[in-house]
Amino acid sequence: MESVLGYIFSVEFIVAILRMSTPLILCSMGVLLVRNSGVVCIAFESMMLAAALGGVLGSAYSQNLVVGLLCGIAMSVVFAMLFGFFVLVLKANNMLVSLALNTLGSGGTVFILFAFTGDRGSSTSLQSLQFPVINIPVIEDIPILGSILSGHNLLTYVAILSVPVVYIILMKTPLGLRIRAVGENENAAESLGTSAMKTRFIALFIAGIFAGLAGMYMSMAYVVAFTRDMIAGRGFIAIAAQNLGGFMPVPTFIWALVFGASNAIANAFQAIQMPPEFLQMFPYVATVVGLLLVGMNINHQEKKKTQEIEKKSRLADAAHGGNG
Amino acid sequence: MNKTKKIEALFFVIRDICAIGIALLISLALIFAVSQDGWGAFRLFILGPLQTVSRMGYIVEKMIPLMFTGVGVCLMVRCGQMNMSSEGAFYLGGVACAAAAIYLPLPAGVHPLVCMIFAGVVGALACSVTAVLHTKFHALTIVTSLMMNYICLYIGQYFINHPMWDVASGYQASYKYTESALLPRLFSRTNIHAGLFFAIAVVIFGHILLEKSTFGYRIKMVGTNPRFAKYSGINVTATIIICELIGGFLAGFGGAVEQLGMYKRFEYSGLSGHGFDGVMIAVIAGNNPKYIPLAALFLAYVRVGAEAMARMSDVPPELVSIVQSVVIMLVVAEKFLAGWKHRVIAKESMKDLALTEVK
Repeated sequence: MESVLGYIFSVEFIVAILRMSTPLILCSMGVLLVRNSGVVCIAFESMMLAAALGGVLGSAYSQNLVVGLLCGIAMSVVFAMLFGFFVLVLKANNMLVSLALNTLGSGGTVFILFAFTGDRGSSTSLQSLQFPVINIPVIEDIPILGSILSGHNLLTYVAILSVPVVYIILMKTPLGLRIRAVGENENAAESLGTSAMKTRFIALFIAGIFAGLAGMYMSMAYVVAFTRDMIAGRGFIAIAAQNLGGFMPVPTFIWALVFGASNAIANAFQAIQMPPEFLQMFPYVATVVGLLLVGMNINHQEKKKTQEIEKKSRLADAAHGGNG
Repeated sequence: MNKTKKIEALFFVIRDICAIGIALLISLALIFAVSQDGWGAFRLFILGPLQTVSRMGYIVEKMIPLMFTGVGVCLMVRCGQMNMSSEGAFYLGGVACAAAAIYLPLPAGVHPLVCMIFAGVVGALACSVTAVLHTKFHALTIVTSLMMNYICLYIGQYFINHPMWDVASGYQASYKYTESALLPRLFSRTNIHAGLFFAIAVVIFGHILLEKSTFGYRIKMVGTNPRFAKYSGINVTATIIICELIGGFLAGFGGAVEQLGMYKRFEYSGLSGHGFDGVMIAVIAGNNPKYIPLAALFLAYVRVGAEAMARMSDVPPELVSIVQSVVIMLVVAEKFLAGWKHRVIAKESMKDLALTEVK
């Protein structure tokens, strides 16, 4: 137990949190953009999975990281566009299309993997590339801060940067204003000449890029190979992070970190004797508990509000009674 | 008016057939892309299930669990809830049933029933978490229910891998079920088991509950317009929770039937996919329990075909999930073929109009 506590207060733990949170942060930023445009999409699981495979195949056959990156992003964007086409153009139910796309992602990636490698389990036979680890020159020499700030994977820095980037897109650009306007009131935005469909497609496109980066982190940084269903619900956890963080990037980022931390804690507890099933379960339980806590908070605030209104009306009644 | 309804019903059938046709065309293209012997593989995929008696039996065996989760999902979707927990409920129901089948000393007639009811209760509990979180704490049903699936999986795996693990089996599987718990086989050359009767009963139960009972009316009202339901004096929260409890119960029950009919010990290594398949067949059946057996037949047929093809040619069975997702997406796409439907309905009404004017 002491060793676990020691680990939790160590630098390695912070590094582990960042490692575990990277895909969640990236993906949840995509979720956030789409959600702000008024669309609920839960197909991020499949976008990440498709990108994870696309990146591995692209980089393995070209031996060029940029080509791999583009392949991965192209794959996840294709899924995002498919979602957009069916939901926005053909007016299909968003939940069912997402579910179908997740099925397609799970089976389709294995199908493609088999077509390329003859293996249905993993891509270990391919020589795929990985994203580089970045050491920041001066900072890496500072004792503790150096190992926290420096030496992460490129995509981890991209993930951290994506938070201000999404904030700026949403809050400071005309596109962000359109996205929020369409999300808040589609008809009002349309009456002012903003095409809701076009705006949502753009939001989905950008989200596809973020989800693609998140997926490639899993197969080209976290581990260097594609294995079937390797996303393991991270797309859903990212959606939960956005759900808890509301419509703003920073709270969403914090929840993504919390879920990443719960993953890291689960790994830390491997040191002591505990059934591994409970450790694997931990991030999902943390998500459900998070949803519960936020719900309780909403209930509490609503109760307070109604109490205040009642109090005011009672006071008003009393004042009225006094006058009359 | 009646005519319009008829056209809509016809349209429903034609759209399903078109969707399946397009999905098969896509699968044909994919088979040719990966296979050396494209026609051979495609023939196995389409006709394989009918070639031997055991494969035909296999179709029915695969339909049985799907009918349970399918009807369960129908009920929940009609109530407006996209609850995916039936996947977890099916798995955990199977584990609960395994525990009851291994440890309870009961006589043959009662034992399977007790196992199934226990599994159903566990499944209902698994689904109820989502229901409570949604109705009382504003959580997105779909997110919590997907999280619950993983939680169910790991709880189940804990019991199978530790207290119930039979080391002598040589792999991660539970102890053998007691003979008295197993469901009897119906026909000698196939594995079709007595669970078939339960599955049929569940479909009839679902149909009566939704279409002929007051509670079913309440479910549909909550599903189509919760506010209206609330102002008509219906307890929306209670309706949703009860509905999801029933859905979870059916999924857990189905998990038990599958275990007792098809297996001698619990040997799933992960989630079995029956819950998600239930969602798919509910979609194809238009969330109407009466059509669930047909939808289940389709999915089971495609599955058996794909497995036969995977075993005897070089095409991986994951082809099914591609077929499956294309079918779902086309079936739920409101605008797919909508222009055609609109034209037909307009033409018919014009004809009617012309007739009445002549009179």
